[in-house]
Amino acid sequence: MNEFINIGWTKDEIAKKIANEFPHSSYVNLGIGMPELVSKFVDESKEIIYHSENGLLGMGPPANENELDYELINAGKKPVTILPGGSYCHHADSFSMIRGGHIDYCVLGAMEVSEGGDLANWTTGKGIPAVGGAMDLVVGAKNVFVMSQHTTKDGSPKFLKNCSLPLTGKSVVTRVYSNLAILDVTSDGFKLKEMYEKIDFDLLQKVTEAKIISN
Amino acid sequence: MKINKLFNSVNDVMSDVFDGAVIMLGGFGEAGSPVELIHGLIDTKCKDLTIIANNAGNGKIGLGALIGENQVKKVICSFARSPKSITFKELYENDKIELEVVPQGTLAERIRSAGAGIPGFYTQTSVGTPLAEGKEIKIFDGKEYVLEKSLKADFALIKAETSDRYGNLTYNKTARNFNPIMCMAANQTVVQVKRIEKEENTDPEKIITPGIFVNKVTVVSDPIIESIAIDNGETYP
Repeated sequence: MNEFINIGWTKDEIAKKIANEFPHSSYVNLGIGMPELVSKFVDESKEIIYHSENGLLGMGPPANENELDYELINAGKKPVTILPGGSYCHHADSFSMIRGGHIDYCVLGAMEVSEGGDLANWTTGKGIPAVGGAMDLVVGAKNVFVMSQHTTKDGSPKFLKNCSLPLTGKSVVTRVYSNLAILDVTSDGFKLKEMYEKIDFDLLQKVTEAKIISN
Repeated sequence: MKINKLFNSVNDVMSDVFDGAVIMLGGFGEAGSPVELIHGLIDTKCKDLTIIANNAGNGKIGLGALIGENQVKKVICSFARSPKSITFKELYENDKIELEVVPQGTLAERIRSAGAGIPGFYTQTSVGTPLAEGKEIKIFDGKEYVLEKSLKADFALIKAETSDRYGNLTYNKTARNFNPIMCMAANQTVVQVKRIEKEENTDPEKIITPGIFVNKVTVVSDPIIESIAIDNGETYP
């Protein structure tokens, strides 16, 4: 059993911490699933432009039932909206925005992250392998944030000395946001930036395989 | 004599396809997917096809149907997994179809570069991952890059919004996706459009794909919406 999965910051609280990190006028790509929460918590004093890799810059919220347009979708293939100032482009241009280093932040989920910043999040090695744009985003975005529970559902550590699963990218993660901590990936390994208030460092280290630098 | 790339029917534009052809299919999910042309491809009964697309089809409509008819030998795509995938999943699990997984941006760039006459390029994407295994690595300014080869096709099947008789195309919203770059990377580019707005010319400022990249165009004015068709239990043929 995993006693640490249900403690710590909620997904909304993690999303808010990430949202607060984006400077005004940032270009941001949010991964499918948990990272999509982040846009709900961006302060109204800031204007953030969302990129969806299927060729949409200036993505707005999901479309309402009465305005569904099957030719206006996001990277998760769900109908969305476009905001004033938005634009469409073809796939090579959209991925030039990513691979050419024009996206300021991307936020993705993770199966495993290593202390050297390696990320594994695309395949367990079983079933149909499907990568999408993850490998492009992790090498192209200026800042790669991982948003994830601190451990797997069965309590195994996700933040490791070395990843065991097939990699999405090598030395690519900038920072990790979990329910228990915010960890910067540095040349010396994971460095603690913030910890959930109701746990102590010993407990955090216990559920993290890699060594955490605490100051 | 006047140039005229407009044809009367899907059957007319699909007549050159052959067994073993390499075929690009535009679209990202259902947006921009040339479903009626794919159904025309099914009608040709051509087999041993290699399909280059972002996905591997849903249900038994469009690409899902083509795969279900056992006409496809290999799929080159970035994301073959989907909750509504039936036909690809079944064949893949039984080792009856080949899959080449390509990162989405690398897929787009391999297609774009083919259209631009560039045989290959170096990219950081996939370095250090299983998808770079066996490929040449080169170091530029201290960073590793992997060599990726461009991707050409015999045919590209494309969905666009409008055309004129020159094959100048416009698109609708995110249905643009892979379509413009695939038009450039195939020996023969076949297009279904929703309408001919003006047969004589399109506003040059609105053209996304210039007609030089287009061979044959036909009108499908009310195309199938794949997800709705699948939800309604429709299949092809």
